[in-house]
Amino acid sequence: MRLDTLTNSIGEWLRGTGPDSDIVMSSRVRLARNLAQFPFVSRATEQDRAETERVLRERIVAVPVGQELDYIDVGHLEEIDRRFLVERQLISREHADAQGARGVAIDRLEQVSLMINEEDHLRIQCMHSGLDLHGAWEQIKVVDDQIERVVSYAFHPRWGYLTACPTNVGTGIRVSVMLHLPALVITRQIDKVFRSLHKISLAVRGLYGEGSQAMGDFYQISNQTTLGRTEDELVQQVADVVPVLIDYERRARDFLVRETQQNVHDQVSRAYGILRTAQTISNEETMQLLSRVRMGVLLGLIGDVKIADINSLLIRTQPAHLHKLRGGDEDTSDDIERARYLRNHFEGGDSSRTITN
Amino acid sequence: MKCQQCDNQAVFHITELETGNVREVHLCEEHARVYLNQSEGGDGGDPGDPGAGEGKGQKGGALSGPLGVGQTAEDLAVLDKRCCDMCGITFFEFRNQGRLGCPHDYLQFEKELDPLIANIHGATEHTGRRPSRAVPAGVDAASGTDGLTAIIGLRHGMKEAISREDYESAKETRDAIRGIEDAWMPPAAKAGEENA
Repeated sequence: MRLDTLTNSIGEWLRGTGPDSDIVMSSRVRLARNLAQFPFVSRATEQDRAETERVLRERIVAVPVGQELDYIDVGHLEEIDRRFLVERQLISREHADAQGARGVAIDRLEQVSLMINEEDHLRIQCMHSGLDLHGAWEQIKVVDDQIERVVSYAFHPRWGYLTACPTNVGTGIRVSVMLHLPALVITRQIDKVFRSLHKISLAVRGLYGEGSQAMGDFYQISNQTTLGRTEDELVQQVADVVPVLIDYERRARDFLVRETQQNVHDQVSRAYGILRTAQTISNEETMQLLSRVRMGVLLGLIGDVKIADINSLLIRTQPAHLHKLRGGDEDTSDDIERARYLRNHFEGGDSSRTITN
Repeated sequence: MKCQQCDNQAVFHITELETGNVREVHLCEEHARVYLNQSEGGDGGDPGDPGAGEGKGQKGGALSGPLGVGQTAEDLAVLDKRCCDMCGITFFEFRNQGRLGCPHDYLQFEKELDPLIANIHGATEHTGRRPSRAVPAGVDAASGTDGLTAIIGLRHGMKEAISREDYESAKETRDAIRGIEDAWMPPAAKAGEENA
């Protein structure tokens, strides 16, 4: 697969469709699996890693996992291409930065990603747009079953699926939703919400930010434990809390519109204005402003922008995407190029023109 | 950087994740050993971010908490030196890195991992999905796929035999590996390889 072909498209999960997609950007399920006959990745020799990669690649490519997969040899990619895959959430930062034989198989819709030789030999991920955890879970089950037909996963009757880190042992499942919660941030209720989530063993992480620092009011909620409950129960644990968070965010949005409409309208309009006219703009500021504009669109304060377009810009204004979109021209800085890209995008008037698939 | 407890070079850089706080600890090997043995509880583990940075937090607190209970420094020193028969990782290496070396570690260190996993997950029994394929005939199902993981140790043995030019022994080990691989090879994979 040529990564350039991905540059002009966006993943299915960014389409801004699916239930409650005004707040739930995406739903994701991932499974951690290891081959029984090899050491875990951190203990593996170069030869072990190469052999693990070969066995998994050959067998995964040979079996039908429900959709056609393209395999990318991450170990031989340029750094910019590895960053590009990180920005699209197809591989993790650690997988990008690791050494030795490793790769990723992805489907054309970018819903399914199979990372080989990340922390575990295999990390299977399914990502859907909007709130669709059960759909992602049903899809990943099929992929997992098909792969299990051709490999021997490390498994113990008592411990379950054996993983490199004991925090993943058992089901090896991580269920998560990415939420856009600008109104809870503006009304300063977000910390209270997160403290409540922590109490019921759910983890909260900021999207793209370092550690728990969120950029652009995007947050990921996921399960913390993987052992002692079934996969269905763990999916349900996250699924149960999402409607509550959606309700909080909607109430906060209503409050903003009702009580501070002029102020909110001003904030949103300023954000939109800066994005359309700035001459230089950082990634962080872009995320913050796009977040505000996204909220403005959803509140009906901005009429000529589509949500899928904002979602797309969140990815395309990231450094590696910008680099690819400008064709490797190194003469201008990222911040200048980002501002130029945004100006061109919004000046074009046709907000759907950047989405070509 | 110097150790926070003495003048030696700090070689362990531990990030403790506590509720709402991140605390960094920089220690030499000796003090790191003491710290990891003594630190209490932790926040039950850091499962990490499912996207970027997934599961990469240091597990110092969570990994060390229950291990120190009822154990003397001597017991812990002995425990830390224990190593896996298959991959060779020591228990101390595991506690420092937060990552196990191979699937057999779950059996090799079962007694030590039991309280640790209970602390992280609040459970020690898997209740979720199981592989649909049965283990090969003659293999004890209670040990899961450990019979296949035995190959990791055999590969080490074969390399050692080759290095001491004991080719007869290396050949026998290679044949043993092939036998295990063949017995465990999933039928669908076997069919795939035959068609290839």
